[in-house]
Amino acid sequence: MAVADEKFMQVSMGPQHPSTHGVLRLLVRTDGEVLSSVKPYIGYLHRGLEKIAERVTYPQFTPFTDRLDYLASMNCNLAYAMTVERLLGIEIPRRAQVIRVIMAELNRISSHLIAFGSLSSDMGAFTPFLFGIREREAINDLFEMVCGARLTFNYIRIGGVSQDLPEGFTDRTKEFLDYFPAKIREYNDLLSYNSIFIKRLADIAVIRPEDAFDYGITGPNLRASGIRWDLRRAEPYLVYNELDFDVPVGRGEMGTTGDAWDRYMMRIYEMEQSAKIVGQCLGMLAPGDHTAKVPRVLKPPVGEAYVRAENPRGELGFYLISDGSTKPYRLKIRTPSFANLSIVPKLGKGVMIADLIAIIGSLDIILPEIDR
Amino acid sequence: MIGLIGHVTSSLAHAGPLVRLLVTVVIMLVSAMVVLAVALLYEGAATYAERKVAGDIQARIGPNRVGPYGLLQFVADGVKLLIKEDIIPFYADRWLFIGAPYIVFTASFAAFVPLSYSEHVSVADLNVGVLYVVAISSVVSMAILMGAWGSNNKWSLFGGMRAVAQIISYEIPIVLSLLAAVILPASLDMKDIIVYQSGGLGIFRWLVFNNPFTFLSFFVYFIAAIAEVNRTPFDIPEAESEIVAGYHTEYTGMRFAFFFMAEYGDMFVVSAIATTLFLGGWQVPIIGGLSMPVWLREVLEVAVFFAKVFLLIYVMMWIRWTLPRLRVDQLMDLCWKYLTPIAFFNLVGASVWVLLLHGRGVYDLVAGLLIH
Repeated sequence: MAVADEKFMQVSMGPQHPSTHGVLRLLVRTDGEVLSSVKPYIGYLHRGLEKIAERVTYPQFTPFTDRLDYLASMNCNLAYAMTVERLLGIEIPRRAQVIRVIMAELNRISSHLIAFGSLSSDMGAFTPFLFGIREREAINDLFEMVCGARLTFNYIRIGGVSQDLPEGFTDRTKEFLDYFPAKIREYNDLLSYNSIFIKRLADIAVIRPEDAFDYGITGPNLRASGIRWDLRRAEPYLVYNELDFDVPVGRGEMGTTGDAWDRYMMRIYEMEQSAKIVGQCLGMLAPGDHTAKVPRVLKPPVGEAYVRAENPRGELGFYLISDGSTKPYRLKIRTPSFANLSIVPKLGKGVMIADLIAIIGSLDIILPEIDR
Repeated sequence: MIGLIGHVTSSLAHAGPLVRLLVTVVIMLVSAMVVLAVALLYEGAATYAERKVAGDIQARIGPNRVGPYGLLQFVADGVKLLIKEDIIPFYADRWLFIGAPYIVFTASFAAFVPLSYSEHVSVADLNVGVLYVVAISSVVSMAILMGAWGSNNKWSLFGGMRAVAQIISYEIPIVLSLLAAVILPASLDMKDIIVYQSGGLGIFRWLVFNNPFTFLSFFVYFIAAIAEVNRTPFDIPEAESEIVAGYHTEYTGMRFAFFFMAEYGDMFVVSAIATTLFLGGWQVPIIGGLSMPVWLREVLEVAVFFAKVFLLIYVMMWIRWTLPRLRVDQLMDLCWKYLTPIAFFNLVGASVWVLLLHGRGVYDLVAGLLIH
């Protein structure tokens, strides 16, 4: 930290900076525009969620999971609910499972829309961001119909979902699915295949498969490196094994496999697949219960459970230990963004400042889930 | 108005030298006030237009609260900026920091002076008008560096270095492109250049249509001009997502507004230069050849001039809200590897054209062929 090395300028990027996607601080050493090292400093958003979990009952912790990855609250709710259900040994009604998949995939779309938009605004194009927000509004409206909230949903509960789908939900979802593919084409025309955009992202910050394994990269960032690993296929949960969808992987269309453009494009492809899944699930909705019979006071037997689920940003895992009381003995959360951020110092060596923004944007990290 | 000064002073031939001096000073002050008033009004209109255009492109409404259709938004913004706290950072170099906005503002508005708005409306009919504008707008880069260095902020410094590198680099294709056009009328006087383009229904003898080289020059000039005024896709000196706000990071209130207004002023100037040199200036198309009262002709000419300028400004806004931003090295590549060589080629080509065909344009040649 001292003035030891006068060859480089030390710049603190964040915690207040327009494109650190929250309160991330990057300590950057630069020689002009070229970076010699990047070091992320985290913890500005630490709320001690894992410790809080030890002081509240199992159902009381569900709203806290909303605050992990606030752009994909449904997915976080889902992973936590599945973990507690495994501890309790509860079987979930089929209707609840289908509803859960619909919510998880709709939320994946809305989260990827933000990833798409924020990367575009990081690259200096502000219009695609607002286009993404426009479509996300439609999804938010759907979520508002089912649970009244637009950001922290707390809809997927232990045993099922908090209430059944309201009237008109299927129709409005179908309406959205009808026009959404055209919007994705619009995004591609406007941004994905724009030559400036490609120039900025292709061949930038390539993550090789072995590096991805070393750093524990998951989700779209891993698949962009050409590895077909998706928990929805590899370890199917809910009704995913009955659904027909592809797992897109990076092919280096515009440069090298695993470059920033591939990571960006994974999100676009996955939105298409998620829309397909939601469409199939709407057809699978049969009358039934929206929640299993769950006792009023949850006292899971002594034991432990680890459940992971494919979140928009990668694998989210909950490791729960129960001591037989109403509160967890210990909860460990494995969040995807934490692992994804860890590769930044490696990628950020010798690139330019503008590339660092592209790296952060294309990894699509989110801070509340890193700091917990 | 210089003409006016000459007229008045000659009619005051019998008055004492003191009176003549006084009258001259008064006329100069009044014309300066008129320029400032018109320019400020234009700034307001331009910021409003920018926000409406952005809103239109981004599928939203834009300002619509203050006054009818939000037309008075710029007044509200101006008042807000005026009453904002004026912060001078403790470690700033006070004089550089305070001086920079004034120089930027002055240089930007001094460029309004030699423009020819119609046959008789211009502030000063300089015989070196084009050279003057190019020279005075280079002062902006010095002032930007002053502000950037004076702020004593690392992001400002990045922005300042980027701005100077960019503006000085892009000056070269700009000047070369202007030269390719100027050698035809063989004058640097704005009015002469416009008069040279008369005839051909007020359209076909525009310099942009004169020969293939001037046609190319127009586009080279326009691209370089967008870079000169630091707008997307070349807005890297103030790239928000990379270096916060670039050279004006530390500026607040009215000092910031000066930088902001200078940008819009520059937009007007470069568009006006493009209009004057390539698009026939105030030549009224089609009905320009008819006889009409002088006042009507003047009004039409001013209207035509502003219409052309605003069209170019609209194109700049359109580009800004559509494209992502280039990286700093890609920006330099574009300038030195593409625009500058093309501009040189244009200059040589246009010179040969003038030499061989004595300045007759494509229109004249075609018309000559048809008559024979």
